[in-house]
Formats: sequence, C-alpha cells, structure tokens
Amino acid sequence: MTTLLNVKDLRAYYGQVQALHGLSFSLSEGSLTTLLGANGAGKTTTLRAICNMVRSTGGIEFDGKPLNNRSTESIVRFGIAHVPQGRGTFTTMTVEENLQLGAITRKDSAGIVSDIERMYAHFPVLKQRHTQQAGTLSGGEQQMLAVARALMLRPRLMLLDEPSFGLAPLVVRDLFGILGKINREDKVSILVVEQNAQLALELADQAYVIETGRIVMSGNAKDIANNEEIRKSYLGY
Amino acid sequence: MELFTNQVLAGIATGAIYACMALAVVMIYQAIDHLNFAQGEMAMFSTFISWQLMQWGIPYWAAFVITLALSFVGGIAIERILFKPLAKAPVLTNVAGFIALFAIINSSAGLIWDFTIKQYPTPFGSSPFLGSQLISTHQAGMIGVTVLLLLGLYFFFQYTKIGLAMRAAASVPESARLVGINTSWMIALGWGMATAIGSIAGMLIAPVVFLEPNMMGGVLIYGFAAAVLGGLTSPFGAVVGGFLVGVFENLAGTYIPGVGNELKLPIALALIISVLVVKPAGLFGRHIVKRV
Repeated sequence: MTTLLNVKDLRAYYGQVQALHGLSFSLSEGSLTTLLGANGAGKTTTLRAICNMVRSTGGIEFDGKPLNNRSTESIVRFGIAHVPQGRGTFTTMTVEENLQLGAITRKDSAGIVSDIERMYAHFPVLKQRHTQQAGTLSGGEQQMLAVARALMLRPRLMLLDEPSFGLAPLVVRDLFGILGKINREDKVSILVVEQNAQLALELADQAYVIETGRIVMSGNAKDIANNEEIRKSYLGY
Repeated sequence: MELFTNQVLAGIATGAIYACMALAVVMIYQAIDHLNFAQGEMAMFSTFISWQLMQWGIPYWAAFVITLALSFVGGIAIERILFKPLAKAPVLTNVAGFIALFAIINSSAGLIWDFTIKQYPTPFGSSPFLGSQLISTHQAGMIGVTVLLLLGLYFFFQYTKIGLAMRAAASVPESARLVGINTSWMIALGWGMATAIGSIAGMLIAPVVFLEPNMMGGVLIYGFAAAVLGGLTSPFGAVVGGFLVGVFENLAGTYIPGVGNELKLPIALALIISVLVVKPAGLFGRHIVKRV
C-alpha cells in the first residue's frame, strides 16, 4: 500500500510552549488510522499542524507533496478535510448551506447537488432538517453534519478530532459505523484522534499512541487492543 | 394628515440613506468586529470623486458607476494597507486607526476640494413625484436606488457562492478556512462592498445636505443609531433600523415641541443610548438558538 500522509519529526509550538517533540508517523492510502493518547498528549495539535493552524517545523508530506508553509485554506485543496474539535458547525446557517460550504472549493455544481443527496441518504436526519439553522441540531446531529460537510469535499483524507466527544454511547456507535462504511465504500482514508481508545481500536486498522508530544507506540490496531500491558499503561482501560 | 404623510415619506427617503450607512457599518463590523468611524468620511470622499468626474464632463450615471468601482477598490486598499496589519491588535489600536483614517480623509478632501459648500446634482430632478406634493422625485429616487441595492445584496448573499463564502467567513472564520475559504480576502471584499455602499449613500444624500468635507458627520451618527437599533450583528436589522430612524427623526422634529431641526441629532444619540440600555442586542440582534 502506498503512503498517503507522511509526518516526520514534527515539532509544534504555542507561543513559547512546545507541544510536539519530534513526532513521526505515516498513514497508508485507504487506511483508517487512529491517534490515541491522554488529554494534552498532543493529538489535536498534530491534526492542527497538518493543516497549518499552529506553528510547526518538520516534514509533512501528502501524496509525496510537502504541505509545510501552505495556508490552511490551500491545504484543503489537496483533498484534506478536517473536522475540528467542537465540530466547527456554521451555527447561524442552514444545514444545507453547511453542506454547500463543504464543497465550496469544488467547481462541478452538478456533482455537488448529487453529493448533497448522497449525504442525505447517509444521514437521513439531515434531510429532515435541511432548512433548519444548524445550531439547533443536537450534538450528535451536528457531528453527523460535520462529517457530511467534510465528505462534501470528496476528500482523499479526512481528519477527525474527537468525534465521540460529548455524544451518547449509542450515537457514537452509529457514527463510528458510518465512518467505517465511508472508509470502506468511498475509499476515504481517515485519521481519527480519540480519547475513547477502546472504540477507536475496534474501528481502526492502524494505531499510534502519543504521550507528551511523542509517539510511544505504534502498530496494528488489533495487536494494541489485545496487549493488556499497553492498554493499562497508556490507554487506561 | 398631509403633513404627517409628508414627514413619514421624507423620513423613509433619508432613512434609506441611513440604512445604507448602517449596512456598511454592519458589514465591516461583522467582518472584523470593529466599528468603522471613518465610514462617513469614506462616503464623503467617494462623493467628491463623483463630483470631480462630473466637473470633468462625465455624465451623472457614468460618474456614478466609475465612483462605485473606485470606492470598491479603495475600500479593499484601505483594508489591505491599514487594517489587515492591525487584525490582531487590541481594540483601542484599531479605534485609533479609524480615527486617524477619519482625520486623514477629512483633511485630504478639504485640501483637494476646499471646505466651501458645493451644489451636487440629482439625476432625478426635484419636481413633485407623480404630481404629488408629498414627495419629490429625488426622494423617490433615493428610495428606489436603495431598494434596488438591497435586493441586489440580498440576492448576492443568499444565492451566490461567494456570498455564501463571505457569510461563512464572518460567522466562523476557523471553519471557513477549513473548508478552503480565504477569509482574509473575504474581509477585504467586505470592505470593498461596504465602501461602495457608502458611496451610493453619499451620492444620494449630497443634493440634500450639499457637498463639503463634513457632510456625512450627522448622517453617520444616524447610521450608527440605525445599526445599534437594528442590532449590529444583523444586516437586515440595520436596514430596518435605518428606515425607522429616518421616520422617527422627522416625526420628532415636527411634532415634539422644541426639538425642531437643532435637536434632531441629539435624538439619534439618545436613541443609541436607550437601545444599548434597554436591548443591547438591538431589535434583530442575533439570538443564536443553540443546543448544547
């Protein structure tokens, strides 16, 4: 399998504070990879560094092309869709406008219209509410909307930051089911950051564990899930 | 009764101008979270440019369109040169920037065109509108042009891709960048549009207040009153606020003894203060319905 995303010796800074200390990992095309770790380990920072939303040094290559020093909005055009923590919903705009915004860099209006219908098929609840202000949706519905908005880009890689955050366990199951389906059927590679390690490991094929800005463990998701020692010391379950 | 109708219609006509100014103020406020104190001076300068073009023999509507284009470009230039570098600066730094801009534009206009009051033409004439003594053709023209402008803007923001992108950039900048919108240019575009809208207000009101560097001072205060009344976060509210302030100003001047022309302006200021005290979000200020 070819490598889609290659991150090498990534260091990121918030002002004077260094948050990532030389982190390296890679993601192969078509895979569903998860980054695990405790609060403050640097998971969100890693995703933000990939999209150049935080100052960083080191190499980030997407499909062989370097992403460093490109603006956040131009990185989107490589086909990288980022669902940020807190979902980033355009709360004052309608559900349908949120979906249109996901495709704002695309030029094929016919394709956009049919993709919106496809999203409504994936997430029927969004169709029911398509004229509603997105801020009135429940947390789970907003997360569905955020995923749908990201898919409207027809991304090659989707970055998801804590999609389970604040959702009821049943809703999380649903959402992760859909993510798995998107990964298999639409061939979208996914990098998901999670605190809910158990669930993320069930879903993912590849996993990395971050601690204080460094990768401390990597491997096949099943192996990590089955390794009691790792689970106890890093993942807390 | 005729006096009342007359005052209401005249109020709607000047209200149209306040609505344009309020809208310009709100557009910039939405984009950068600051009030542009120099909005009126920018409009005044645009009006002078159109006057100058007409002095050079260019017909009214051609001068009107050229001025719109120049104002649009000028607004973008002001944002790029002055306010983009101030984007992360504290509020007071920005306020100082706006006041500086105000002074610079005001004195430059005085330097170039001097402070004497000039006549400004109206393309609509000032005969009675449709034979009615209630409203003049110029007042009807002010209302007509403003309504066309508002419809155009509504269409632009509601149904075009770039309008959608501008709204997104103003509401959640970070998410807007994550879907690939260049928010920095959207802000510049907002400045350009706001400046162009202001220039329309200036060119329409100039035949009434006459052309001179301080012509927009009072108008901008009414525009602020309108924006605050309607809600600084609501372009629709700004427009409604503009018409309400225009009508209210005229009726107060006519019917409240002792107000007359001299005390009309303090009424606008009193309105700003009362709205801020009673309903700080304004009539149509954003209530974000949010489930957590």
